[in-house]
Amino acid sequence: MTTPATPPPLLSVRDLKVHFPVRRGLLQRQVGTVRAVDGVSFDVERGATLGLVGESGCGKSTTGRGILRLVAPTSGSVKIDGREVLTLDPRALRKARREMQMIFQDPYASLNPRMTVHDLIAEPLSTHGLVSSRDESLREVARLMELVGLSPSYMRRYPHEFSGGQRQRIGIARALALRPKLVIADEPVSALDVSIQAQIVNLLASLQRELSLTYVFVAHDLAVVRHLSSEIAVMYLGRIVERARPDALFRSPQHPYTQALLSAIPIPDPDVERKRRRLTLVGEVPSPLNPPSGCHFHTRCPYAMERCSIEAPPLEERRPGHWAACHLTELPTVPTHP
Amino acid sequence: MAAQQSNSGGSATRSAGWIRLLLSNRKAMVGTLIVLFFLLLSVLGPVLVGQDPHAFVGMPHEAPSAEHLFGTTGQGQDVLAQTIVGARTSLAVGFATGFAVMAIGAAIGMAGGYFGGWVDNVLSLLTNVFLIIPGLPMAVVIAAYLPAGPMTILLVLVLTGWAWNARVLRSQVLALRDKDFVSAALVSGEGSARIIFREILPNMTSLLMSGFIGATVYAIGAQVGLEFLGLGDLSAVTWGTNLYWSSNNAALLTGAWWTIVPTGVCVALVGFALTLINYAIDEISNPRLRAEGSWSRLLKSRNVAAGPSTPVVRAHGA
Repeated sequence: MTTPATPPPLLSVRDLKVHFPVRRGLLQRQVGTVRAVDGVSFDVERGATLGLVGESGCGKSTTGRGILRLVAPTSGSVKIDGREVLTLDPRALRKARREMQMIFQDPYASLNPRMTVHDLIAEPLSTHGLVSSRDESLREVARLMELVGLSPSYMRRYPHEFSGGQRQRIGIARALALRPKLVIADEPVSALDVSIQAQIVNLLASLQRELSLTYVFVAHDLAVVRHLSSEIAVMYLGRIVERARPDALFRSPQHPYTQALLSAIPIPDPDVERKRRRLTLVGEVPSPLNPPSGCHFHTRCPYAMERCSIEAPPLEERRPGHWAACHLTELPTVPTHP
Repeated sequence: MAAQQSNSGGSATRSAGWIRLLLSNRKAMVGTLIVLFFLLLSVLGPVLVGQDPHAFVGMPHEAPSAEHLFGTTGQGQDVLAQTIVGARTSLAVGFATGFAVMAIGAAIGMAGGYFGGWVDNVLSLLTNVFLIIPGLPMAVVIAAYLPAGPMTILLVLVLTGWAWNARVLRSQVLALRDKDFVSAALVSGEGSARIIFREILPNMTSLLMSGFIGATVYAIGAQVGLEFLGLGDLSAVTWGTNLYWSSNNAALLTGAWWTIVPTGVCVALVGFALTLINYAIDEISNPRLRAEGSWSRLLKSRNVAAGPSTPVVRAHGA
């Protein structure tokens, strides 16, 4: 997608793998490997949003955490602004983390219950020596709180005095304190009430415009991701199976797994809903400890052929900007989503 | 709860709220009063007594009388004076040991739990070895080899007592370090020391506190035990040596119960009071126990017999 004349994308991930050894017994012998993320590649342009979706356990959160090195990637490359992140030593990594921040899924677990809102938001500032006095830190925290729609008068309260949505705003303010370029949002709304979800999604969208942020937005809900993303990547068992612009993905999904995900979204019209043909998946996601051979999806795929259990299909560009990993080039169409 | 909600100030108000909460708990109230009484006694004791507790003031084994409220020992010393003076060393060694056990246990347990890997392997092995060694017999053996005195006893008890705390705190750190707020701290660039002391430690205060109190109870009891066996400094006056001498002077054979009971009651009272405080901390830091307590108090005030708390699931026909 990038031509030599344009600057490198803000985030460039190449063949990222995160494997966890499984150890058993007295001597902690390694008996297997969980391939949580197994060769994921994508680029995210400056100011763009990549939506990363998939069922729980597909490795989408681990991909986000691997990029930030909250879990140690096994191999691959992560470049931010053209600079490799995975080989940084601990000191350089702490510096580099100013550019990449994270918003966590559970706003109840991600705020230290023993710290006031001010201390929570000011913590990254003082760690990086960005504020020199108490006054300065108060001013900066007030600015950040207003930015995310919280009244600065709540500065001296503790997290337990806030609702879930307000807590998530505190988490966002904290993530923005260092003025990062990249924000990884790990299911930032899935722990919230539906009524609050929209508020937080809108807040994230307006912050992106205001501060020209780049997002990697991890979610299991395609509908949430649709409105925010400039590109959506669908993951299954540690691999990306399809990547496209949201409109293209919703109009003509090229991977049977994406089709199944889309047909699981309810349509708010009982007549359409009743007549609609659905592609439903049977069975559970296989264990990443022992993934199926060939195409990981073949055990649940309605169109599986013999070839699928032998050979893993590569991620190929079907149409400009629309990538899919499937041996079938023409899928039977299933009416999915308007 | 009300105290916490109304506060909008800094950590000073929060800790004040915590203390208020502790004092509003009856168990904590009673425990604190008893402990304070004995602390005061150990500070002022020698002044109150005003005489050498070793002095021979009467005939051996005189029963309690107006002159000697608690009677005299087998060597004609005043039991009341010895009981009061004995509190100082016993409590000092007890609290110092409790603190050292808690601090060492915390340092080793937290380092292992936080850093993991080979650090954890080495420290866990060390902890497990000390857990397997039976504490009191080992304390007896070591105390027999070292010169007798309070420092020896402190050293012995710390050596045999730290491992349990290390084990408990290690697992708590393991649980806390996987919390998202620690990940959030990592992402914002905080270093290990800051994460351990600012993020993790404040979330373990109740555990540290109860570890300290538990270790103190253990230390006071074990110290009395070691001294009773004659492994302390026999020329000093402590609760343990009081019991040693009364046994040595055949108090039970001669029926001189008053040489045993006062010291015994003091040791039991201090242990009881500290345990009460520990229960109260448990209740305060565990909202479910707190709710159960206030619920049963409410029922009692209305003259309703409190049953067990409502079961969440009850089998049919049960």
